[in-house]
Formats: sequence, structure tokens, C-alpha cells
Amino acid sequence: MTENSKPTLAARRAFLAKLGGAATCAGAAVGAATLGITASVSAKTEPAANGASFPTKDYDWTKHQWGFGVDATKCIGCLRCVEACKRENDVPANAHQFRTWVERYVHIEGEEQTRIDSQQDPVNIEASGSEKTFRFANRYRDAKVDKAFFVPKLCNHCTHPACVQVCPTGATYKTEDGVVLVDETYCIGCRYCVQACPYGARFLNEEKGVADKCTWCYHRITKGLQPACVEVCPVGARIFGNLKDKQSPVSLFIRNNRVQVLKAEMGNAPNVFYVGIDKEVN
Amino acid sequence: MEPIIHFSPYTGWVYPNETIFEWSILIAVYPYITGLVAGAFTVSSLYQVFGFERLKPVAHMALLTSLSFMIFVPTPLLLHLGHPERAFNATITPHLTSAMAMFGFFASFYVALLIVEGWFANRPYIVEQAQKRTDLLGRFYRLLTLGSYDVSEHALRYDKKWIFALAVIGIPGAHGLHGYVGFMYGSVKAREWWSSDLMAVIFLFSAIISGVSLLAVLYVATCKMRKIPVDLACLKGLAYTIWAFIMVALLLEALEFANLVYKNREGTDMIMQYVTGPLLVPYFILQFAVGAITPFLWLSYMIWRGTTGKALIVGVTVCACLVLFSVFMMRWNVVIGGQEISKTGKGLLSYHLPFWGKEGALMAIFLTTAPLGLLYVLTRLFPPWADAPTHAHS
Repeated sequence: MTENSKPTLAARRAFLAKLGGAATCAGAAVGAATLGITASVSAKTEPAANGASFPTKDYDWTKHQWGFGVDATKCIGCLRCVEACKRENDVPANAHQFRTWVERYVHIEGEEQTRIDSQQDPVNIEASGSEKTFRFANRYRDAKVDKAFFVPKLCNHCTHPACVQVCPTGATYKTEDGVVLVDETYCIGCRYCVQACPYGARFLNEEKGVADKCTWCYHRITKGLQPACVEVCPVGARIFGNLKDKQSPVSLFIRNNRVQVLKAEMGNAPNVFYVGIDKEVN
Repeated sequence: MEPIIHFSPYTGWVYPNETIFEWSILIAVYPYITGLVAGAFTVSSLYQVFGFERLKPVAHMALLTSLSFMIFVPTPLLLHLGHPERAFNATITPHLTSAMAMFGFFASFYVALLIVEGWFANRPYIVEQAQKRTDLLGRFYRLLTLGSYDVSEHALRYDKKWIFALAVIGIPGAHGLHGYVGFMYGSVKAREWWSSDLMAVIFLFSAIISGVSLLAVLYVATCKMRKIPVDLACLKGLAYTIWAFIMVALLLEALEFANLVYKNREGTDMIMQYVTGPLLVPYFILQFAVGAITPFLWLSYMIWRGTTGKALIVGVTVCACLVLFSVFMMRWNVVIGGQEISKTGKGLLSYHLPFWGKEGALMAIFLTTAPLGLLYVLTRLFPPWADAPTHAHS
């Protein structure tokens, strides 16, 4: 692994520290905080406007072309990625706006249609008991399931992004290193981009009055860290890295697998590459 | 458990972020108003450019109607924006690949054109009032003369040339503006219900029929208010115009739908489920049967039978109201309907229209009717009536 694709131990600790509220991370959080690591390396503690922090001084975006891989065969639908994303990026704490989400596909014996749901489904929200924490309800316990799998979804950071094309002000733009971002200080909140995205990856952040979407945790990846969702995935279903580095996890993932993209017919040329998805997935 | 944010109920599978409708009724009102502008201008140009003499009694009002509605075109958009104070970002730094970015320029150009044409058309009246009045309004008219008090035959001939030229430019201006609005929807490939090459043309023709219908209604209403007889030849002219364009509009919509069904691309099953389910009443019954086919048949009957007198007035007025309703339903079915069909092609959402609030029904009604208030003021300031003796050129 290269420097960009493999975060430092300190950075990992820092990230865990931020998830300190979660029971699974409590110990690590205390440890990291005690060691005084949090303040010095946290990706988010310094404001983006601070030149010393963002863009990172030693980061050269011409040397990067970010890419994302999803191995759906590994995903267990734990939804840690969704929760980590919400916390890391201050995504509105409700069950209807997400930068990333996980879809569940279930083929039940004798049924023609595949049943599909996501964490926002009222039954799943009921099961989690809150719109701020997520879990998949065990709703198919008594059904005869032929086939079932999970598919993590997020912004595809397309090579030809329809959202960037339609943005009337240029507030949505594509960076040199292949990430589609929104300038929150310039977006007028017209939501044309929300309509134009074929993947439903965008929404209006009502608090800020601007379009919101996955940034692949740009504030983290430019510091050599992984996106939050990749960081927390317990099974390695999410793979991220620099496509310009032939040895990066994502390059290896693409090279070693037969990958596919979503809605290729749209012509957007997505940069999230999937393995293990079925014909219904779009 | 009370949801934190209002979301729309759905059936089947929809993307999580789709459960919040991002384009509300205001985005349906916006193309509706823009369409009325284009349609009203059509009537004005039919008289000014193509010499349809029988439309003379409404030609001036058409211009004022177009201007009144055009001024209100940006309001639903501004109310809808997350940051209305940044609206000019789209004009100061337009993103050239965006279908929406150029709208500000087109709209501003067209408003300017309408104002200049309106000024030329009303100059004799402005000059007359400027010379006659001594009150505050007199000052207003004197300001509007821009220092030109020449209403000689030579000067008026010159004015007429300008009016003609501006009307000629205005035809592509008005229709381009509305075709452009249609393109903004038609070019969104993410939505199968919108993504159509015909969308711009469909918008254009529906705009024309709505604007002409609005003028028919306004003409009859103003005649009643002013207690003068309705010029039946003029009304018949408007009826012919509606009839001709409604035929094309219907044909285009049918072609569009046939294309969608015949191509049967991915997601068409869901669309068929939608149009034969939740959209059956708003689309087939209200928009087509009641709003378009009924007036088309009724107008055909009146033209065939040579209906005249009160029956013609009532018939054309009712048909025009139905067309106005139909075109609003068309905007609704496109804007709201398009979002009710999930991008997944596997689910349907249902939009809830609130009555109150910034994006509620009341606001939509207000924004649609507010231009009529402005029109009333404008008709007081610049009487558009062809029977007014000052309008030598009209």
C-alpha cells in the first residue's frame, strides 16, 4: 500500500476518537484522547478555510485520481458506514437524507419481484427506534429467501457528472483529482443538480440551504486518510484509493475483479466500481 | 414515531434521498407563467407582424399581459431557492454548460424588449397625458416621454417601424424563452418522464394555447367590465388560434406518450403503472379529456356551425378557461409527476401539497394571479383599449 491509501496509525486513532460515543470505540477514544493525539491530527478539527489545513500543504492533486470500489459480496448491512458518514460530515440527522446508504435485495421463493429496501424504510426505522441510528429489521426471518445481498451506495463522482453540467453557478464542480464537490458559499439551492443526478445521491441540506452530497470525505483523503465509511467498514466492502497508483487498493480491486458501474447507459462514467451486484441493482 | 423531516410516502423501491420532493408546486407555476407570457406575445405578434386585423382589440392588451406576467416569472424561482440572495450568482458567473444559467439573460432581454415595445406602443398616450396632466401622475408621464414629445405622423411612422422590428425579434424571444424552459426539463436524462426531445416543443405549444386563452378570457372580462360589446370577429380569431394550436399541442403530447410506450425502455413499466394509477385522473381526465379534448371538440363544433352571439362568447370563454386549466395540469403532471416516478424505475412517490407556507397552494395561487393585479394597474396607466382615440397606430 502507498502512503495515500494507507492511513497512519495516529490518524486511525484520531478517527476512532471521534466516534468515541459509540460503545465499540469507547476504549480507543479514551486512549487516543489521553495520548493527546486527537487535537493534533484530527481531520475535522481545523476549519476548512484555514489555509494551513485545507488544502493540505503537501497535497498535490495532480498526483491523484481517486476511485472507489464496492465489494457487495462482503457487505453485511451493518450500516456503520451510514452512521459514520452522518457523524463525520454533519449530515442532517434524519432518516431521509444521506450521503451514503445501503440497499438490501431479497429474492423470496416464488416471488417474481425482488424486494428492495434501505435503512430509511419505515419498518427499518421502527426497528432501530430512532432516525439517527440505523439497522435493518429482520423482516424476512420467516420467509424462504432464495438470495439476498446488500449494496452500499454513494455519489459516483462521475467523470461526466450531470450535476456539474446543470449547475447554473458552477458551485458544483469537479476537482483535478476527480472528486465532485459543492461550494456551500456559492450554491443558490436551486436543486437542479438533485434532479439531474441519476443515482439519487444528492439532497438539499435544509439547514444550510445548499445542495449536499458525498465528498469521499475530501477533508480526510487530502490528508492521507480514508473516507469515514471505508474506515469503519468491518468487512472491507468499501475500497478507496488513488487510481494513478497501480498498487493502491482500488487499482488492485479493479484489476483483480470484473467490475461494473451503475446506470452506465446514462453516459456519466461513474467512478464507483462494483463487484457482486445483481441485475436489479441500478 | 414522529418523523424529523417531512417526507413523501412511497410504494416500491425509491432512493432514500428521493423521499423529499425538491421541486414543489412553485416549479410548476414558473413554466405556467412563462407560458402565458409567450402565448400572450403570440397574439400581439399575430397582429403587429402578421397583420391579423381582427385581433386588433386585444393586441395592446396582449403586450401588457405579457409584460405583467413576465415580471412575475422569477418570483416562484426566487421563493424556491435555498439562497435567493445569491440568485445573481447565476448571472454574474453563469456556468455555461447549465441549461438554467442562461435563463436570467434570456428573461432580462425579453423584459427589456417588452418594456421598449410597450413604450413605443404607448408613446402617443404618454405624450398626451404628459401635456395634459399637472399632477404627480403628469410628472410620471413626463418622465416616461424621455424628452420626446414628437407625435407627428412622421414620428409615429418611425415608432411603428420599431414596434414591428421589436415584435419580429420578440417572436423568437418569447417562444425561445419558453422552448428553453421545456428544454430545462427535457434535457434531464435522469428522469424518464422528462427526458424527451419533444419536451421543448410540447412546452412551446402548450404555452401558446394558454396565453391565447388567457387573452380570450381577459378580453371578454374587460369588455363586460367596461360595458362594451365583445367584438365577435376578434373573439373568433382567438378561438381559431386556440383551435389550431391545441390540435398541434395534442398531437405532440400523443406522439411523446406513444414514443415512451413504444420504446418501452427500462422503467416504462413503472411509468405505465403510474399513468394508469395515480396519474389517471390528473393526466388523462383533467389534462386531456376535460382540459384539451373537450374545448377542442367544442371549438370545432362552434366553428363548424358558425356559432355567434352570446353562445360564441360563452363557448369560447369556457373553452379558454378549460385550456388554462389543462395547461396548468400539464405543468403539474410534468414537474410533480416526474418526481413521483422514482429514478430507480421501481417505485412511486406521492407529493403532498401543503396549503400554507412558502411553497404551498395559497402561494401558488397568489403568484399565478398577482400578475393580473399588475395588469390592472398597467391598464389604468396605459389604456390598451383599441377604441381609445389616442392609439392611432393600433
